[in-house]
Amino acid sequence: MNFYLTYVLVASALFAFTALFTLFALYSERKISAFIQDRLGPMEVGKYGSLQAFADILKMLQKEFIIPTAADKILFILAPIIIFVSVYLGFAALPWAPGLIPASLNLGIFYIFAVLSIETLGILMAGWGSNNKYALLGSMRSVAQMVSYEIPTGLSILSVVMISQSLNLQEITIRQGILSSEAVNFLGIYDVKAIGGILSWNVFQAPHLIIAYIIYFIASLAECNRAPFDIPEAESELIGGFHVEYSGLRFAFIFLAEYSMMFLVGMIGVVLFLGGWNSPLPNMGSVSLANWTTGIGWGIFWILLKTLSVVAMQIWIRWTLPRFRVDQLMSLCWKVLTPLAFLCMLISGIWRLTMM
Amino acid sequence: MIRKVLNVFITVAKGLKLTLGHFFAATESRKVKAISDPNYFAQNSGITTIQYPHVQLPIPEVGRYQLDVEMDDCIVCDLCAKICPVDCIDIESIKSIEAIGKTSDGTTKRLYAAKFDIDMAKCMYCGLCTVVCPTECLVMTDTYDRSMIDLNEMTYKFSDMTAAEADEKRFALEKLNAERFAAKELALQQNTGNKI
Ligand code: SF4
Ligand code: SF4
Repeated sequence: MNFYLTYVLVASALFAFTALFTLFALYSERKISAFIQDRLGPMEVGKYGSLQAFADILKMLQKEFIIPTAADKILFILAPIIIFVSVYLGFAALPWAPGLIPASLNLGIFYIFAVLSIETLGILMAGWGSNNKYALLGSMRSVAQMVSYEIPTGLSILSVVMISQSLNLQEITIRQGILSSEAVNFLGIYDVKAIGGILSWNVFQAPHLIIAYIIYFIASLAECNRAPFDIPEAESELIGGFHVEYSGLRFAFIFLAEYSMMFLVGMIGVVLFLGGWNSPLPNMGSVSLANWTTGIGWGIFWILLKTLSVVAMQIWIRWTLPRFRVDQLMSLCWKVLTPLAFLCMLISGIWRLTMM
Repeated sequence: MIRKVLNVFITVAKGLKLTLGHFFAATESRKVKAISDPNYFAQNSGITTIQYPHVQLPIPEVGRYQLDVEMDDCIVCDLCAKICPVDCIDIESIKSIEAIGKTSDGTTKRLYAAKFDIDMAKCMYCGLCTVVCPTECLVMTDTYDRSMIDLNEMTYKFSDMTAAEADEKRFALEKLNAERFAAKELALQQNTGNKI
């Protein structure tokens, strides 16, 4: 019985987190974009506009659900649920701290990757169900983009998995710090198991993973339809793309999914490449910073800090770079990222055989 | 190929640096200064937003905004109504039986304005009316934000006469005209009588 109670508690905690994060990200995105453009952003609701996101959500909750007459009702209603649930389910297998993981799956990363692909289906349903040419165009682009970019993402993830020899995200994280039971080699040569910190992160254990991380980061931007890969939404040409017909709470859920997706892909990247909940501070002689800053509280702190920095980076990039064209998008994916990701995988294999 | 990729990274880095510069410059706001200020163009960084209702950009006293009429100086010559390209000035004049007084520049006033309406909803702020006004009583002011609930309120009524006063003046004019007419008739009759 208690069993189920924990399940419900964990699930609601995760949901609360995604909702809170969305509000926070919404506000920070508006503020960051405003500062970048020499504006002030929201200033009226609450001190420095801090309650703006709540006001927006409140407004959305009050709105009417409008279903276009010509829409395919079942698909239209189901789509936001599928989009959100697929992203939300992804959170289940992510480790937050040593020993703190909602579901410690042996196939963790594989599961997340599989569940995230379902989002594509939801987007296609939304676009088709809306019976609107912009929505359909947007969703077609989105599907084309997500399916293509899953390949470099998958390959760069594989190159980490080959180094870590595990699909369990908790296992992968543990192997990047002082809690590891195996040898941790900085650049494959120096044993830094006792030192820990930033030196034992995957990107520094095997330096070619830096390239893999860059590939992953670029592809993850495309996976969550963020600028410069936001052609599925393309406000200026498709007036919002696949979610153009949605209103009220349904739109809020699509939004929620989008921002949770940002956090999710950021967190996966952090776990796989940047040490997850491991502290970036190394042990230095008698000052054992890494030992002091490892624990459940610290773990949550580090992973939040790292992931939020990645999210900030995503926002920063969005407000800097212009949008790609469809053909540029595809040629970047197939001609640059995919071959490079293959190369990384190859190097990972050789690395595994020779250096470890 | 490698050159191209390198170029991508260099340009992306440049762009990111630029936006980051603006991001960190956002700790300061530019001072709100009038355009007449010699340093108006000297501020190159910081936030440009002017939080409008709380802070206002200083503007010249005689801006190019809403119209105002100094009725004491208006000689009701109707020139402004005639020049207005959109016909938004509506004047109804009544001749006075004697000189009413003088405007501040010494012109004698001989007409009452029973009605002097300017429809601000139609006005396109061209300023032509202010140019033709002979006594310079019609000017543009620095008022620019006024909103009304009712569209009729956009018609500004400048006439300072009440309807009763206007009727009185009209009546006086009619009486005078009638008297003059009677006198003329009399004179005419006398003239013809003399001749015969
Ligand atoms: S400013 Fe131009 S449009 Fe407005 S009342 Fe005067 S003449 Fe007419
Ligand atoms: S032009 Fe000037 S003086 Fe003549 S009616 Fe208009 S406001 Fe009065």
